[in-house]
Amino acid sequence: MADNLSQNTVFNKKKLNLKINRIARTQYLQDFFFHKLTLFFASLVLIVLVGIIISLIISAWPILKESGIGFFFKNEWNVVNSKFGGLSSIYGTLVTSIIALLIAVPISFGIAVFLTETCPIWLRRPLGIAIEMLAAIPSIIYGMFGLFVFAPIFGDYIQPALNSTLGQIPFIGILFSGPQNGIGVLCAGIILSFMIIPFIASVIRDVFSIVPPVLKESAYGIGCTTWEVVTRIVLPYTRVGVVGGVMLGLGRALGETMAVTFVIGNAHRINASLFSPGSSIASTLANEFGEAEPGLHYASLFALGLTLFIITFVVLFAAKLMLANIDKKKGVKS
Amino acid sequence: MKKNNFIATFIATLLFSTFLYAKEITITGAGATFVAPLISKWSEEYKKISGNSINYASIGSSGGVKQIREKTVDFGATDAPVKNADLEKDGMVQFPEIIGAVVPVFNLQGFKPGELRIDGPTLASIFLGDITKWSDKRIVDLNAGKKLPDSEITVVTRSDGSGTTNVFTDYLSKVSPAWKEKVGTANAVNWPAKSTIGGKGNEGVAANVTRVKGSIGYVEFAYAKLNNIPHINMKNLDGKFVAPSLESFKAAAAGADWASVPGMGISLNNQKGEKTWPITSASFILMYKNPVDKTKSNETLKFFEWAFKNGGKAAENLEYVPLPANVTDYIAKNVWSKIQK
Repeated sequence: MADNLSQNTVFNKKKLNLKINRIARTQYLQDFFFHKLTLFFASLVLIVLVGIIISLIISAWPILKESGIGFFFKNEWNVVNSKFGGLSSIYGTLVTSIIALLIAVPISFGIAVFLTETCPIWLRRPLGIAIEMLAAIPSIIYGMFGLFVFAPIFGDYIQPALNSTLGQIPFIGILFSGPQNGIGVLCAGIILSFMIIPFIASVIRDVFSIVPPVLKESAYGIGCTTWEVVTRIVLPYTRVGVVGGVMLGLGRALGETMAVTFVIGNAHRINASLFSPGSSIASTLANEFGEAEPGLHYASLFALGLTLFIITFVVLFAAKLMLANIDKKKGVKS
Repeated sequence: MKKNNFIATFIATLLFSTFLYAKEITITGAGATFVAPLISKWSEEYKKISGNSINYASIGSSGGVKQIREKTVDFGATDAPVKNADLEKDGMVQFPEIIGAVVPVFNLQGFKPGELRIDGPTLASIFLGDITKWSDKRIVDLNAGKKLPDSEITVVTRSDGSGTTNVFTDYLSKVSPAWKEKVGTANAVNWPAKSTIGGKGNEGVAANVTRVKGSIGYVEFAYAKLNNIPHINMKNLDGKFVAPSLESFKAAAAGADWASVPGMGISLNNQKGEKTWPITSASFILMYKNPVDKTKSNETLKFFEWAFKNGGKAAENLEYVPLPANVTDYIAKNVWSKIQK
């Protein structure tokens, strides 16, 4: 009887093992396919990225073959004679972005300091939400605001004021002379700064808030002012993250299309004056792709696109790298 | 049993409606933005009587030529005529469908629409950047008795490639050898004047001209009229100053000899006639002689035939000039006959 029972148990055990094996196998298969599927989705991103680069290079090849590296340094854009050089657009892109950063970084820094250090608790949330709302406004709205609201005010009041003050200083005065009609490189830079402030401000606010309270409290405890706490404790602790946030803003400024097209004046020209019209890579593409004839014009636009891609790629890559570094440092005394 | 009946009726209705639907044809076209409002108005009226609809993508003249070459549309529309050699090569025909005009617009305090008068060479000099002030002698001489301010001229142009720019630069090339040599005619040119600012689309140019004091630009006539942007009266080939109006555009079209250029791609700029507006142009339709889809091609022809007969009033309401009857007859006899039915 007992023997029979044990035999039965052994038999049951075998059965159970088989069952477990079967379940394990299906689970293994499920995991295997799930892994492969997600891997496939993830690699899609990579394939698209590489595909875009390759297609840009192929489409831009005719002009790169003809002008070589000189394309990037030639200041001429003439559709009629098929003479193309990207310098004026590259110049416009860089200058508007630099102006935007010069304005946006100090303001965003001030916003972040206020929000994390001195803002009353009840105001923190509404203010934070308002800043994020600014980031959600579509860029075409900024463009319309820039052309119809900001540019007239800028041309009628701010440009004359700038011209009669900064414009009188030797050397840099030339930046603030020229036509005062509101539209131009400076106007585009200012509109861009409005657009990137929310990005930079919210990143800086986030990295500021990861500073361990014990550090700040100790500093306040030994009698530091808010300014001293921010510059001596918070900033050194978050330096890399702040730079990363600024780079993210720069990335957006470089690629911004519609808003810039509205207010930059769209002239393929490099002028010393910031009041004069210019063009950026993105605005050139927006303006000319629709009517570009196949051939060198088409290829040149692709070459400009490739340039913009490379510039933003480098900037964003640097930003990600810096932001990744700060994550590692979180909680570790620097 | 009842249920089955219901299903049968349902299927029958479905079949019947697809049958009805299949009888309605959608013609697709693409090209010039200039004619887009007109084609959409025409197709709205045409749908009421024929049931067929026209799906027109307003993607710009070059886009229209590209699309018809790739055979993705039943007709292409372009402001600048395609050269006859290219038409022959692609096996296409070209015919004008409507006439429009480009008007110079300006913003000068104390001047009402039409109060400023300019001739072709002076206009070219302004856009070349040779004349930089409103008080320049050449402008003052044309406007005897008017006080012109000593302010800078800001030139406003189209920043996007456009048929409007093509018509305008073609006119400047005709009246100014310097313009022809230095700049030329194209959908987008290298604007030589230092003060040039570019606006995207007619609306971009209009926004800049109405905003920037002392500016001068050019837009389609309909756009200037509907938005009340002050226009400039131009001196025509006969030496008369004319205001832009449907009459002065018709005068330009009347004298034209369409048969003189194979493919009908003549320019209406700077035509003779006392009442002629000098910057006038036709917009063109492109179709294949041997179309892939003959039914659709036939329907397209029927649409234009209807539009030529009945669409004149709608066109004039939108500030376009319909083609004169002798021209539409010429098209039907000499162009459409080449298309295989």
